Amino acid sequence: MQPSKLDLLQGTLDLMVLHTLTVMGSNHGYGIARRIEQISGNEVLLNQGTIYASLVRLEQRGWITSAWGTSGNNRKAKFYSITPAGRRQLADDARYWERLTGVMDRVLGMTAEEADPA
Amino acid sequence: MSWLRQPLNRIGAFFRKRALDDDLDAELAAHLELATEENIARGLNPTEARRVALIAIGGVEQARYRHREARGLMTLDILLQDLKYTVRTLVREPGFTIVAVLILALGIGANIAVFSVVNTLLLRPLPFRDAGELVWIAPPPEKCGLSCATFSTDAYDDFRTHSRSYQDVTGYFAFSGPDNLSLNLGSAPIPATSIDVVANFFQLLGVEPAMGRAFTAEDALSGAPPVVMITHAWWKRQFSADPNIVGKAFDINGRQTTVIGVLPASFDFGAVFAPGTKVDAITPLNLYGPPRDWGNIITFIGRLKPGVTLAQAREDARIAAPYMCWNHKYPQSCGSYKDGVVPVPLKDYVSGRLRRSLVVLWAAVGAILLIACVNLSNLLLARAAARSKEFAMRGALGASRGRIVRQLLTESLVLSCAGAVVGLCLAIILVSWLAHQGAIALPLLSTLRIDGAALGWTVLIAVFAAVLFGLIPGLRMAGGNLHEALKDAGPGASQSRRHERTRSVLVISEVALACMLLIGAGLLLRSFVRVLSVDLGFEPDRAAAVKVEYDDSAPNDQASTQKRTAIFQQILARVQSLPGVEAAGMVDYLPLAQNRAWGTPFPKGIRRPDKMPAGPLVYVVTQGYLRAIGTRVRGRDFNWDDGPSGERVVMINEAYARFLSSYASWPNGDAVGQILTNNGGKDLRIVGVVDDVHVENVEGETGWQIYYPATQESPAGAELVIRSALPPSALAGAVLRTLRDLNPKQPAAEFKPIELLVSHAVSPRRFFMLLVASFATLGLLLAALGIYGVISYSVTRQTQEIGIRMALGASASHVQSRVLFSTLRLAVIGVLIGAAASIAAARVISSLLFATSPWDAFTYLGMAVLLLGIAALSGFIPARRASRINPTVALRAN
Repeated sequence: MQPSKLDLLQGTLDLMVLHTLTVMGSNHGYGIARRIEQISGNEVLLNQGTIYASLVRLEQRGWITSAWGTSGNNRKAKFYSITPAGRRQLADDARYWERLTGVMDRVLGMTAEEADPA
Repeated sequence: MSWLRQPLNRIGAFFRKRALDDDLDAELAAHLELATEENIARGLNPTEARRVALIAIGGVEQARYRHREARGLMTLDILLQDLKYTVRTLVREPGFTIVAVLILALGIGANIAVFSVVNTLLLRPLPFRDAGELVWIAPPPEKCGLSCATFSTDAYDDFRTHSRSYQDVTGYFAFSGPDNLSLNLGSAPIPATSIDVVANFFQLLGVEPAMGRAFTAEDALSGAPPVVMITHAWWKRQFSADPNIVGKAFDINGRQTTVIGVLPASFDFGAVFAPGTKVDAITPLNLYGPPRDWGNIITFIGRLKPGVTLAQAREDARIAAPYMCWNHKYPQSCGSYKDGVVPVPLKDYVSGRLRRSLVVLWAAVGAILLIACVNLSNLLLARAAARSKEFAMRGALGASRGRIVRQLLTESLVLSCAGAVVGLCLAIILVSWLAHQGAIALPLLSTLRIDGAALGWTVLIAVFAAVLFGLIPGLRMAGGNLHEALKDAGPGASQSRRHERTRSVLVISEVALACMLLIGAGLLLRSFVRVLSVDLGFEPDRAAAVKVEYDDSAPNDQASTQKRTAIFQQILARVQSLPGVEAAGMVDYLPLAQNRAWGTPFPKGIRRPDKMPAGPLVYVVTQGYLRAIGTRVRGRDFNWDDGPSGERVVMINEAYARFLSSYASWPNGDAVGQILTNNGGKDLRIVGVVDDVHVENVEGETGWQIYYPATQESPAGAELVIRSALPPSALAGAVLRTLRDLNPKQPAAEFKPIELLVSHAVSPRRFFMLLVASFATLGLLLAALGIYGVISYSVTRQTQEIGIRMALGASASHVQSRVLFSTLRLAVIGVLIGAAASIAAARVISSLLFATSPWDAFTYLGMAVLLLGIAALSGFIPARRASRINPTVALRAN
């Protein structure tokens, strides 16, 4: 039995999508999904279909925009790109995420002596 | 504004569902192709490449669902879906739908109508500007009728001078009778009713005339040219809504009177101040003319200064009262109003007495709504039994419990909204009918209408009802065991049995509610019958009255009295000779109409007690009046010889005679022949003692009355009362012709049966009694329907069982009585609970009853028997059906 993949925490997919778009520039849904899978080393459990719920949510919030275009191998696809508002949001969310992971690291790295209030 | 962006986009997405779905489908298709291509490039064959791509997407349908969830209004989507489904199922079952909507329409319609009545009479402010500032100022209630509820014009001036809390005070002349105007447009004079008001009346109430102007202080001065304001209704009826009426002058009561304004349609004097009467015109009251010597004649209405509390206003009135004089000509009359000037909110004065009745009415329709809901619950449960498999199937296919409850609640909501719409139509019909019942002496009834508040109430009770009747069947159905339900073959299964227990509990509660309603209605009905059988002291049937116009103006009292005597004598002689007339006489105020008092005559030679109660009500009559109205006299009636120069004579009623004789030592305590004095006036000889007459109201005490002869005292007007063997309508023509013959100025006055006065006086009671009784009947019908439904269903369910019993030898009558027994068991439990609850709650209704105990055993028993009878009847039909079951057929089925 292969080790089970990570379930995505609420909201983390949105953050991943925003960051992916910042780094790669404009891309289509399939491209974004593949990119996240590759970067994560296939460790996250991502039904590629869920990416579209995330994309429509981000678009409605005004953090990304979309337009139909043609892919490298001449296929019609919908391309997404990040907006200035999206970049600001990404910065905020990334900062939040770093603080959260920092706290989690500290709490999980706690030893018995540190936990003793005396 | 960025926080608004997503919600707006979601709403937008909801309306562009088709386009967005297509877009997503195209996107997913592209995704699939890109993925497949990449997989092929990695060396998979095309079929395998596509399969792997599909797995990676994780289900196209799921992706679509999540997309919709993320972008649009899922809740609304589901609601629309449920609505569509509901409408489809309801249309497929028209019988069920019609019955359900009808039951709800009756329940909700009754509630809307009663809410409108309650809202109009109790909740809504009076139709005046800042109505909360208005107060009615009057002494606490006393025996002497209107004369003790009013003030003199001098007192009015004094009160205005000495009070501090009031922006202003106004009032109106309280003694105007109906048809006191006669409008002469050339042909026969037209009778109309007007009220004299203090000139600032409309300014104080904040009523703006629809046309022309309101009164000014100058209009009310002596010698001012006569002016009148007319009501909107009279303007339309009598003057055909003449747009140029302002400034025109008409012959009113013999004087050219100018119409200075038309009142707005929203102003109805009768609706607020004199329920059940119609007022056509308003005239200014001359405070400084003759009315100055008429004693207590005007009511007070005050407008408090902003921020003044009722307690402050009361204290202020208490301080001002000792400065008020009855008449400045008599300094000893100053201070006579001490402790007799009490402001109450005008709203309380107008409709405060009705609060209890309205609360009971409201409770009655509340009970109706509950019964309707219970009935609906029952219907839905019966339906649920038939649909349990459908829902089990949906559950098996993945519908969550919440989703199924939601679907069922949507169904309830659709039903109750349909019911509310139909109910609203019923309520509109009922309310507009009520608004035109001018004869019911209830205040503000003519302003009754379905307004925004009533619509809001409709929505509220529709939702409330939907939750109430939808929740139990919903939970029952959604909570069922899937497995059980799918297996459940119907008859005899546990699910159905559990349903049936719930339904029995519902029916019992329904019967209990109906029982309470019936007992309440029964008590009110019994009170009403008791009120109708009250000995009024006069006999209203076969008597009628008509207002007589006469002119007794003369240079002095003596001449005027002689002139009047001659006129009355002539009229009565002519009228009495008409065929069918048994007795005829004149009175100035009819019983149950206006009244007044003139002090307290006391036995001659006996010292008056320091604290005298208020005096008897005064009636100025001619001979024959008492016989015509049907009141018995001990001693003698007046006759034409009791002239102005003869001995002054009076008749008094039994109650007053008893009071007087407790001070005087009269032989046998008999007042007949004794002499009274009245504060320095002439001696009055009691020539007769008269039965106590209910002159103020039908239900209260009779109070004291004194009768003066019209041949010695000046009456306030003349009502010709006729007793006849013929119906009043048959006499009207002949009598009016006679009157017109004697006096061409006699207006075509209404010939009103005395019975009408009585029915007008008891109309509020009749109104409430009829409403509660019809609600109780409705409750009874619904309960009967509920019983029928449950028993009928259980017979259907037990067809097989009954078949077996009959095959084993049970007789038809045995089967029938078993079913009847189970019906009556439900009904008896319901009746017992209902009766117990009624006994506990009876105190609420006791103040509305008349000569009836709230625990009246006769009513309780009668209503219980009635309810059980109806229950047996509604159980009888299914019982008969059960007894006709053919065992072979029943056993073969299934």
